Amino acid sequence: MRTPAILSVLGEDRVGLVAAISRVLADAGANIEDIRQTIIGGVFSMTMLVTVDEDATPFDELQALLAAAGEEIGVQVTFQREDVFRFMHRI
Amino acid sequence: MLNISPEEIVETLLMITQQNLDIRTVTLGLSLEDCADEDLNVMSEKVYRAVTERAERLVPVCDAISREYGIPIVNKRIAVTPMAQLASACRDADVTPLAEALDRAAREVGVDFVGGFSALVHKGTGDGDARLIASIPHALSTTERVCASVNVASTRAGINMDAVLRMAEAIKETAALTAERDSFGCGKLVVFSNMVEDNPFMAGAMHGAGEPDAVVNVGISGPGVVRAVVSALPEDADLTSVAEAIKATAFKITRAGELIAREAARRLGVQMGIVDLSLAPTPAEGDSVADIIEAIGVKRCGGPGTTTALALLNDAVKKGGAMGTSSTGGLSGAFIPVSEDAGMVRAVTDGALTLEKLEAMTSVCSVGLDMIVVPGDTPPETLAAVIADACAIGVINNKTTATRLIPAAGKSVGDTVEYGGLFGAAPVMSVNGWAGTKLIRRGGRFPAPLGSLRN
Repeated sequence: MRTPAILSVLGEDRVGLVAAISRVLADAGANIEDIRQTIIGGVFSMTMLVTVDEDATPFDELQALLAAAGEEIGVQVTFQREDVFRFMHRI
Repeated sequence: MLNISPEEIVETLLMITQQNLDIRTVTLGLSLEDCADEDLNVMSEKVYRAVTERAERLVPVCDAISREYGIPIVNKRIAVTPMAQLASACRDADVTPLAEALDRAAREVGVDFVGGFSALVHKGTGDGDARLIASIPHALSTTERVCASVNVASTRAGINMDAVLRMAEAIKETAALTAERDSFGCGKLVVFSNMVEDNPFMAGAMHGAGEPDAVVNVGISGPGVVRAVVSALPEDADLTSVAEAIKATAFKITRAGELIAREAARRLGVQMGIVDLSLAPTPAEGDSVADIIEAIGVKRCGGPGTTTALALLNDAVKKGGAMGTSSTGGLSGAFIPVSEDAGMVRAVTDGALTLEKLEAMTSVCSVGLDMIVVPGDTPPETLAAVIADACAIGVINNKTTATRLIPAAGKSVGDTVEYGGLFGAAPVMSVNGWAGTKLIRRGGRFPAPLGSLRN
């Protein structure tokens, strides 16, 4: 099952951040469809649209791996199914 | 491609992390009509087995959804067929074993509350209803997770005034039996007018006769989010702009509820019922309906202007919410429980908010006289008169009203009681001493109002 998800990173910008997150995704067989970076209210924000191959890595397992990676680099990583944003922000 | 902007994503994350956005409850409604048996012990065992089997997956499924969508689901609960219907099958005077079976089942499946130790007596009290009501004080004192509710009035039937007094007595008995916990048992007991069949919120949840065998109902939350939006408006923003901002926010909150309701129903393999658009506060700082009223521009909740602000808030939430789901239901109106809302508690402590003002507020929101602690020596007739007044508002205005009064044993005005958790803490409020004791003792039925003749 291929599930679209949004990965958000909030925190301080630093070298290797994108690489660290991307490595976890690649190892899990998850594909990055889109990636954006911006500064919102002085906080570095990176947003990725990711397609998760749940047959390769279950959603909650990938979620735990990403949270651990975020903790290691000192940023807050949130990984959620994409439809929650579509539901809340689009009619 | 990403069709959601990073700003929108951050807005959602801030709502969750800083403004207490959550799904207040996913409530599984279960029909237990098939558990009726003339042997109370057999019936109780059937109830226990039915609930544990049918609700077995509720908590794990909700926890998984919560993780995957990143939205906390604060409470997982169960609502069942009003137990008075089952009580009528047996002859036992005390049907507490049914409550104990529900309590055990709730603990087994990991839900904090199960609602439905209930009776509907708005037009008359049947034998099963009478035995259920008589069992409420005992049941609430020997169980932890069971909630009781009784409907004593409806627009179609009027007010069963005998039942109103009977419920006031049941409240006093419950207060006495749970005296060592500041009469906490009364916090699990609601007296309704125009009770709804699909309310997902405790303590008044039950699974009505018009419902399917199993159904998922969801209660949204979000006072903290609404307050943040109102506070962010310019000081001179007019009320149309305030209403518009609340409406847009309510839409987003409701959509989150709609998504969770659909997903929970799909994964549990049961019908999706309703999304209840009630703003439900918690004792957490900032997650307060009183704070919204003050952010709109009332100096302290309860002061003149409060009813206007609450009416505007309640209406805007419905308008935004109605756009967000086609399955509106339940109570769908702001809750203003005193002990569960830190802003309400502050307003009472400051002398701004009184019982009478809360009664006025009842007329423009969902559940008005909620989690109000009154002196332990308040006579039952006075409690009954307060309940009757709330019922009169509901019956005449064709809306639900409810009262959850706690005459805390041994406490008087000036004392504070502490219940902890979602129930919070509250100062003991004074009750007007000029009660309609004679009115209550007349008993009988308050006739159905002219407004009931709608056909």
